[in-house]
Amino acid sequence: MIQLYEVRKRFGDNQRWITDGVNLEIPTGQSTCIIGQSGEGKSVLLKQIIGLIKPTSGSIKIDGEEVTTMNDRQLQTLFKKCGYVFQFAALLDSLTIFENIGISLLEKGITKKKVLPIVEEKMALVNLKPEILYKYPSEISGGMKKRVGLARTLITNPSTILYDEPTTGLDPITTRVVHELMAETQRVLNLTSVVISHDVEIFKYVNNIALLHKGKIRYFGPAKTIWESTNPYIYQFIRGLADGPIQTEFGDKKKN
Amino acid sequence: MREFLDILGRGTLILSDRIGSFTMFMGKTIHTLVTTRPKVRQLLLQMENIGIGSLSITILTGAFTGLAFALQSYIGFSRVGTEEFIGLVVTLGMTRELGPVLTGLMVTGRCASAMAAEIGTMRITEQIDALQTLCIDPYQYLIVPRILASTIMMPCLTIVSMICGIIGGYLLCIYSLGLSPESYINIIQERVALSDITGGLFKAAAFGFIFSWVGTYKGFMTSGGSQGVGRATTESVVLASIILLVANYFLSSFLFQTGLA
Repeated sequence: MIQLYEVRKRFGDNQRWITDGVNLEIPTGQSTCIIGQSGEGKSVLLKQIIGLIKPTSGSIKIDGEEVTTMNDRQLQTLFKKCGYVFQFAALLDSLTIFENIGISLLEKGITKKKVLPIVEEKMALVNLKPEILYKYPSEISGGMKKRVGLARTLITNPSTILYDEPTTGLDPITTRVVHELMAETQRVLNLTSVVISHDVEIFKYVNNIALLHKGKIRYFGPAKTIWESTNPYIYQFIRGLADGPIQTEFGDKKKN
Repeated sequence: MREFLDILGRGTLILSDRIGSFTMFMGKTIHTLVTTRPKVRQLLLQMENIGIGSLSITILTGAFTGLAFALQSYIGFSRVGTEEFIGLVVTLGMTRELGPVLTGLMVTGRCASAMAAEIGTMRITEQIDALQTLCIDPYQYLIVPRILASTIMMPCLTIVSMICGIIGGYLLCIYSLGLSPESYINIIQERVALSDITGGLFKAAAFGFIFSWVGTYKGFMTSGGSQGVGRATTESVVLASIILLVANYFLSSFLFQTGLA
């Protein structure tokens, strides 16, 4: 289980609070989607969960272990069980797809010959064909990059995966493929997954939804019944309404 | 008065913060260098990039500096009839000062900027975060190989620069100014000591360390998108060049006072 208690973060003393007392419990073996407006600090929250950014105050526990006080060595252990899929895949430009996926094994000194079947197995899991093995990231499409990013994360056999907007910039068909792939991976490997997304289509594929607004979680509940929810924040957000507790530039203009 | 103190205080805090961050970065790099095994493949790649990649500009810089230096020396020495000293002056100039400094500045322009731009781009595209989540230490994978490679390759490039400069001076003196080959070479053999060369190479290694430290630091700390990468690139070259020139004086002074060169 991932537990967040009063997590607050700001960059600099005079800056605004990005997360302003986030309290959240993410159940093990389920997928949870964090939604919210652009610039609400969803990615910052996700990076705080995995220890890439230290919160200003508060507590984050993964399976009972406090993340906020971990040193570099403890974080390395955490990274072995928690994978992170980056928004734009964050593939290393100078390496081939094979090297990108297998980098964590290759850097341990395992030979290419031994790494190759593992890489091919993970590529098959994310529906990637071996033809692209020796291509560079610049030679493949955006959708493929996202899948390579996922395959790279899966290679360490994590029990938890955090996805930072995995479908941003993808067409609807590829978006659906990525969503199905995430759901399938979560089901087959029995992972705990946390997904950040703006896409309401993802509700079909996840167990829980959390809405982040003005640094706080305003809603947490099952995805199945989200459309029946009367929570004013979630009601406004998923329907894309301009008026409601979430203030938008559009709503303000309309009022004026 | 209070406003002035506010500005002064804020400036001091920012400066302390930057110096602290710069020093911490180097401390962490040295700690990684000492406590972990170097990534040999990365090191060799960087050595090729910095060494072989900078060879042509080093040859050109060394040769033309030697040519110009020999010509200027001839103008001065011919006025007092001591042209036979040209070889000595060109050699000492190239080995003790011009070789290491000009090679350092040229390679700084080429490599420190490239390091800042490459690592800075990796930072803003989250590639460095990705390395961390894959249990790969970015210091071990990105920083240490570049700093080691620069420190190793700079003396090699400087030797090339020194040789090209001395040969350039020789060719000018013999084929253009009509001096005899013996007058150029004999005095070099008689008066140039090994410490003149080793002192220059020591400085070159220090320059390699400096520019790679600044380049990798600026890249690693990049923020603010593509504009940030551009800023980091420019700042790395300017800062590394300034530190290099200041360090050159102190290193020369140290070598002179200790009698090492």
